[in-house]
Amino acid sequence: MQSENAPATARSRLFSVISSKGPQAHDRHPSSSSGAGGPALPAARTDARKERVVYVDNPGRTNENFEFSGNKVRTSKYTLISFLPRNLFEQFHRVAYIYFLLIVILNQIPQLAVFGRLASLFPLLFVLVVTAIKDGYEDWGRHRSDREENNRLSWVFQNGRFEPKRWKKIEAGEVVKIFQDESIPCDIVLLGTSDANGVAYVQTINLDGETNLKTRYARQESASKHPGLAPITGKVVCEPPNRNIYDFVAYLEIDDTQAPLGPNNIILRGCVLKNTAWIVGVVVYAGKETKAMLNSSGAQSKRSRLEQHMNKETLWLSFFLLIICIAGGVGMGKWVHDHDSDLNNFPYYKKRDTADKKFMYYGPFGEGVFAFLSFIIMFQIMIPISLYISMELVRLGQSYFMVRDVEMFHAPSNSRLQCRALNINEDLGQVKYIFSDKTGTLTENKMEFHSASIGGVDYSNVLAAKISGTSDSSDGMQVEGSHLKSGVRLDPNLLELLQTEVTSSEATFVHRYMLVLAACNTVVPTRHSGSLQYQAESPDEQALVFAASAYGYTLLDRTTSTIVLDVLGEQKSYKIVGIHEFDSVRKRMSIVVECPDNTYKLLVKGADTASGSGSLADGHLQAGVLFATQRHLDFYSTQGLRTLVVAFKDLGQPEFEEWHEKYKRASTALVDRVKLLREAASLIERNLALLGATAIEDRLQDGVPETISSLRNSGIKVWVLTGDKQETAISIGFSCALLTPDMEKVIVNANTKELCVEKLKSAIREHGITETKDKQLALIIDGNSLVHALSPDVEELLFDLAVACRIVICCRVAPLQKAGIVSLMKRRTKDMTLAIGDGANDVSMIQTADVGIGLSGQEGRQAVMASDFALGQFRFLKRLLLVHGHWNYQRLAYMVLYNFYRNAVFVMMLFWYILHTAFSAQTALFDWNLMFYSLIYTSVPTIVVGILDKDLSHKTLLGLPPLYGVGQRNESYNSVLFWATMLDTLWQSLVLFYVPFFTFQGTTIDIWGMGCLWAAAVVVLVNLHLAMDVLHWTWITHAAIWGSIVVSFACFFVLDALTDKGFIAHYRVMFHMASTAVFWLNILLVIVVALLPRFCAKVLMQKFWPSDLHIARELELKNRAAISEFVKSSAPSPRMVELDDVPYSDKESKEDE
Amino acid sequence: MFLLFFILFFLLDSRFTQQELPACKPMLTTGWVISIFMAVGVLFIPLGACALNSSKKVVEIVDQYETVCIPSAGTKEARVQYIQDISTAKACTRQLLVTKNMAKPIYVYYELHNFFQNHRRYVKSRSDQQLLYGNASESSMANCDPQRLIAGKPIVPCGLIAWSLFNDTYSFKLNSVALVINRKGIAWDSDRKDKFGGSVYPSNFPNNYPAATNGSIIGGASLDPNTPLNANEDLIVWMRTAALPVFRKLWGKIERDLYAGDLITVDINNVYNVYSFHGKKKLVLATTSWLGGKNHFLGIAYLVVGGLSIAMAMVFVGIQIKCPRPLGDPSYLSWNKNKGRDLNTSPSATGVHFEVCGTFMFLEVKALCS
Repeated sequence: MQSENAPATARSRLFSVISSKGPQAHDRHPSSSSGAGGPALPAARTDARKERVVYVDNPGRTNENFEFSGNKVRTSKYTLISFLPRNLFEQFHRVAYIYFLLIVILNQIPQLAVFGRLASLFPLLFVLVVTAIKDGYEDWGRHRSDREENNRLSWVFQNGRFEPKRWKKIEAGEVVKIFQDESIPCDIVLLGTSDANGVAYVQTINLDGETNLKTRYARQESASKHPGLAPITGKVVCEPPNRNIYDFVAYLEIDDTQAPLGPNNIILRGCVLKNTAWIVGVVVYAGKETKAMLNSSGAQSKRSRLEQHMNKETLWLSFFLLIICIAGGVGMGKWVHDHDSDLNNFPYYKKRDTADKKFMYYGPFGEGVFAFLSFIIMFQIMIPISLYISMELVRLGQSYFMVRDVEMFHAPSNSRLQCRALNINEDLGQVKYIFSDKTGTLTENKMEFHSASIGGVDYSNVLAAKISGTSDSSDGMQVEGSHLKSGVRLDPNLLELLQTEVTSSEATFVHRYMLVLAACNTVVPTRHSGSLQYQAESPDEQALVFAASAYGYTLLDRTTSTIVLDVLGEQKSYKIVGIHEFDSVRKRMSIVVECPDNTYKLLVKGADTASGSGSLADGHLQAGVLFATQRHLDFYSTQGLRTLVVAFKDLGQPEFEEWHEKYKRASTALVDRVKLLREAASLIERNLALLGATAIEDRLQDGVPETISSLRNSGIKVWVLTGDKQETAISIGFSCALLTPDMEKVIVNANTKELCVEKLKSAIREHGITETKDKQLALIIDGNSLVHALSPDVEELLFDLAVACRIVICCRVAPLQKAGIVSLMKRRTKDMTLAIGDGANDVSMIQTADVGIGLSGQEGRQAVMASDFALGQFRFLKRLLLVHGHWNYQRLAYMVLYNFYRNAVFVMMLFWYILHTAFSAQTALFDWNLMFYSLIYTSVPTIVVGILDKDLSHKTLLGLPPLYGVGQRNESYNSVLFWATMLDTLWQSLVLFYVPFFTFQGTTIDIWGMGCLWAAAVVVLVNLHLAMDVLHWTWITHAAIWGSIVVSFACFFVLDALTDKGFIAHYRVMFHMASTAVFWLNILLVIVVALLPRFCAKVLMQKFWPSDLHIARELELKNRAAISEFVKSSAPSPRMVELDDVPYSDKESKEDE
Repeated sequence: MFLLFFILFFLLDSRFTQQELPACKPMLTTGWVISIFMAVGVLFIPLGACALNSSKKVVEIVDQYETVCIPSAGTKEARVQYIQDISTAKACTRQLLVTKNMAKPIYVYYELHNFFQNHRRYVKSRSDQQLLYGNASESSMANCDPQRLIAGKPIVPCGLIAWSLFNDTYSFKLNSVALVINRKGIAWDSDRKDKFGGSVYPSNFPNNYPAATNGSIIGGASLDPNTPLNANEDLIVWMRTAALPVFRKLWGKIERDLYAGDLITVDINNVYNVYSFHGKKKLVLATTSWLGGKNHFLGIAYLVVGGLSIAMAMVFVGIQIKCPRPLGDPSYLSWNKNKGRDLNTSPSATGVHFEVCGTFMFLEVKALCS
């Protein structure tokens, strides 16, 4: 009775949790839940939205309400029919396009038609078509892959046997059979497998990127029967589809019994079946409701800092646009007002037509308003919409270079940089804070067993000669014919000890210790072509198992019920009675086994704080062992090793019985299973016999110290967030150059809030809250203190102190705290934050930071999936930030300013003309030249320069890390530069307009001829302006800039040679103009006069207030000269520039010529 | 093919993908700056001198006649009324004295002031299609309003521009002998050939029937219904609308030399209305140079800019002598500078010193000027 009721009530509570309605939902259907065996489930019906009932092998009934999705997937966005409307709809979601469209619509009003119809449509059509082609092409690819996916075959139970069926036809409720190495078509609950115990192994690489095999289980209730042998009648009641791939709550009801189902019982779409002949399962989620599909949403879009600033300046430009349009509109109104009575006599106005009706005349106010609107159309490009498109292209190009950089290619893992976010490239050049995970980020996360402390004796005397079995040598472990690859460093004393008889207490310790290492884990041994491989979710466990194996305790096989060990050549089988898996509260794992001699043993390993102190027995020897072990642990920690404590216990019969009863109940409980299991564990996990400790080395990745010291030199504050103990963290800090001996350490570890506040305050009192040059502070704070320090009323103290510190190390932090720290800094500073990590526990931190970087390392790909950029190694971060980040920032910053200038100078030039056309919206430029200006005449060079320009070589940037400060201080893009650019723009536009104006006033020049001159002058001017600022001329730059000018002139001539209706007005004008000397003299004069102030300002700035970048460029030049001199004279050594305290790696390397 | 080459290039060239393409990295060192300024100076001063010289050689005789050619000063309204009255004869005689020898060809222009031929309403009020083919689509003529239809039919040529064709006429006597003015070849050849039709005749041009059309004012010249548009060069010249509100239009050419002391008598038929918009009318006889008409602006501008450049070059020479900054001195790097300041040590304080030097230079220059 009890066993039947428990799951039933539990279930209703389960779903009340899901529906988040609390106890009410539970109270509403108590009766219905109690009748668990009944066929009808009112609870299920009423809560149909909150739970899903899948009838096994009964797709008809399962889908009778058609509420469950079929298995056809569609990742493509469009169909042939929906493409046009839908794509247009999506494109017009961008504000810029709406602006475009409004302008075009305005232009269609006869009174406002500033441009020809076709010419005015051209820019919008151009952008729309280009984007549509791009979208269409992408979608076509998706269509193809969808078709391929949907038409794959799986074996589905139909008509009493398994028949192949296309994936897209599979429905929820159907029973499918999958064979080894096949992909799983949808999310299925395991019913049975080829293994008698219902075990199946799957590879989840497509889902989370982890390469190791995961174990999945079929419930014993269903494992025994599967379709074809006996008809299955039953149902699975599960939660509605969600995207959490690590959780699944459901129960299986077969033959009136209910079995709880968890994440171990479901296999998700996208997994591949491995090491298992076949499995049979029932489809619960199909198609778009599978967890894989729900997770396939794209990366969230971020906006870069530069772009946010840029938007502010764009507002200013809109304001300017408004001002000049209002000025024009008011001017027009006033002009009309002043001449109202005479207008009909003005030969160039004549407000009445031949029938004496008013023609397009609406009075001063109306004319003013129309003029205003016309000006908006005419001056539309003041708002540089093309800039957004150019920026996308430039970022694409920048990403291409970042990805292709061989210096950031990690050959061992064959991984390049991945740019997952395309629109924050330039943020990489402005980072001020780096938050770094330790394990797997700074270290390799390749665990190696380093030393053992057993029974109070330290076995870390490793002889180099005894290091065996590195991957290149063939004399690895030979375990009954199977070849085990491992690289464990062996201690000869320990080896010797293991060979002796189990008589001495020392030997007992050692043997038990090895047993724990070999058995107390979740490692799954697999065999591939005779060689034994270990599939482990945790690299630490893998290292321990390898170590045990090296010492003679080899894990041969593991099923749900038994562990087979090869103990010094003798095969022994241990029956698993219960496993208490690792959890973050207990911080340990324990396993209860029945030994071959029918005794029950508890094997425990865990963190030293957990297994250690409190729960240890006071047996003989223990005090001494405890003391010695503690000393060893401390010693290991200071060496930066990861430590675990190993303990053991013989279970007496009564104790075992009590625990076993409780354990059995707990492990089938549907609710609070974790809590109940923890209670069961606490029953036996005490009075343990301490065996010793393990020390695992996690080596630093290559180049970490160099990278960190470079980053520190570049003014970036590096925070390391680690789960390690304080001592370990500090020792790692020293070894990776984070901490230096001259730094003053401020250590905060407090257990209470008051103490924490007190410590923070005293630190602030002592050191102040500003960073000083002569004294570098390092803050070391632990997780307990952080709990208090991150509370709202204390966080300011923490922030003040942290800002004053050069580096911060947070130890013993939980994953959520990582995100908390990042978000604290993000909220309180305007500085850019970057988080880098490799594991699932870093995901929240990576997503919180302005820039998230994932390392594709050992711990799966969740971090990479959540990141904006993915790296192969930590050391690449230096190059990514100091070189590529700097370049990206410089390039884009210049590009934005230049584009503002490029469009504004053109608009202002048009505006000055308005003042000489009686405020009518007339341009002297040909419509097509107006439209082509930003699309063709001047667009390519800015994009090319935005991608290719290089202010400094990568050697200089890496050699002088403080140069990175340029980006942190927003030196290349700020309000001052914006306003300076705008002043320059004003001057240049005045020169552009008035030089031809004064030349041609009172001559026979016609409007289109004048327009030709202006168009030619402005195109040459803006291209030369760019040329003046280019720092790095490759042939591509040459081609783009000079090519642009040539192409523009070609366009001028071609447009003026056309006699078609739209072009006849301009016929031959350019030919006429270009044949006069005045035309060319004007262009020359315009260019020199317009660029003169900018040139002078630039030269004087460089002379008197040289920026760091400029000095660095001069250094490059000097070194280049010195080298070429050296080459010529072959002097013994070229005299090189000595930089103060910064290593300058460029010294002996040849400059790229 | 070209594209393929490009793609191959991008994919294969590691110097490209590593951003290590051979490149020129220009640096504006003081030497370069001085050279650039000198070069501009050396180029601009002769050019400017040359331009100014040839502009000065141009001889211009300008006679403003719109006020002197009407009987009384009067109000604007009176003038407008006078000019619009068809019945009064508006002949006017002006005498122009040639002060300098003028070599042929001598161009005769009329110059209008305050006439916005570049007004949007005006510029688009034409149909290029109609001018070339005679009949044009409705849409092509839509812009011709308010001079589009007469008696329900499209005006040929339609639009404000044609309607307002300048119609003052001039006849010249040199020392009381009739002076022949060549009125051909004043329009662009390309316009005559390809923009105005040889078979388009202004059959219903409203200015031809002043009395018949009520309400419609005469805008300007009438057009001979028997002359095709492409033969009417005055119209073609007029319809190439001017860029600015002060403009000249070519009226004819005198194909003989004139000498200082020659007296030219011009009989002007002053009928074109510029009084309504306070316009000015000028008759201009001018020679030209390779730079066009008489305009000193370009020459002066070139001289000024050239002079300025030389001056800047000198300034930079001065700077280089007074406060030379060594190329690539690491002590100017901001982090080294700050350190120098913090530690109050002199060796790396050169950056500061240099700024001071710059300020002193500036003050010295100021003192020199005052």
